[in-house]
Amino acid sequence: MLQVSIYRYNPEIDAEPYMQDVQVETGGKDLMVLDVMELIKAEDETVVYRRSCREGVCGSDGVNMNGTNGLACVTPLSKAVRKNKLVLRPLPGLPVIRDLVVDMSLFYAQYEKVQPYLQNQSPAPAIERLQSPEEREKLDGLYECILCACCSTACPSFWWNPDKFIGPAGLLQAYRFLADTRDTATDERLARLADPFSVFRCHGIQACVNVCPKGLNPTRAIGHIRNMLLSRAT
Amino acid sequence: MGAFGSSDCGGGGLDMVTSATTASRTGLYDWFIQRTSAVILLAYVLVCVGWMLANSGFGYTQWSGLFAQTWMKVFSLLALVALAGHAWVGLWVVFTDYLTERMLGAAGKTIRLLAEGASVIIMLAYFVWGIKILWGL
Repeated sequence: MLQVSIYRYNPEIDAEPYMQDVQVETGGKDLMVLDVMELIKAEDETVVYRRSCREGVCGSDGVNMNGTNGLACVTPLSKAVRKNKLVLRPLPGLPVIRDLVVDMSLFYAQYEKVQPYLQNQSPAPAIERLQSPEEREKLDGLYECILCACCSTACPSFWWNPDKFIGPAGLLQAYRFLADTRDTATDERLARLADPFSVFRCHGIQACVNVCPKGLNPTRAIGHIRNMLLSRAT
Repeated sequence: MGAFGSSDCGGGGLDMVTSATTASRTGLYDWFIQRTSAVILLAYVLVCVGWMLANSGFGYTQWSGLFAQTWMKVFSLLALVALAGHAWVGLWVVFTDYLTERMLGAAGKTIRLLAEGASVIIMLAYFVWGIKILWGL
């Protein structure tokens, strides 16, 4: 029997959050953590979490498993469980709405701040704006982000200043459009990032890289942004 | 809903952040100050430790002789400027991480401003004191 300790908080009933211990029969199989959450919910339907695609594409079920953020649907028990114990908590640093569901408003507000869409004032060509394969290659490792928030909620700088520091997820997308040869708003984008918080709260500890379920590297993207800011100012 | 109301972040997103108490008011120059000052401080430590290793068994006369030379006075002053700049940027970051309204409630801003002010005054005092020691003014 797998020992699971799950974070419970229903603000309409509970004065404060508590950890609930549950035993789950896994049948000796190396299930995904989401499967275990489904088994728990089958026994107690008041347990609340987000999920959708169950295959690491939608980014809904980002949770904290034994202290590490990740997507429950693509994290096998063999990777998450230690000493037959699994501790499930909501993503850290964001306000909890209920149980494992967090309020992502600040995360999305930071994403919105980087204006994550192509900006080009020149008239659109008849078919499409073309890129060479080399130019397109620059977007690899950037466009794959599914906005699960595992990285930003693993980042201490985002915990302390979630309203001022854009966070790894937002900055990865900021660089995705800075690196796009079809985007012509580079200077305006950089001007909005030059303050002491938006980019420069990143101290390069790479907690984001460590947890990204898609294997992306926000720290490297932030380094590129910093270099662009530096060469713009010199 | 938890600690943050949705009013903080609805609609057009958050504004860019500016601050009057940073060393330079932009993140880029703060970062530049921190990196260049770190290089100067590293060079200073290497020179001092290197001199100690090269002059084993040195006494007060040799040590004060080293600091009597103009290049060492200038280098020490440069290191002192670097230390003040490095500490200003670094402490400002620490204070704006931990001494905030989120952490300390309404008093957070006052406490942070006092801490920032105190750190700047202490660093300026050390700087002036360092000049007095080095140049004997």
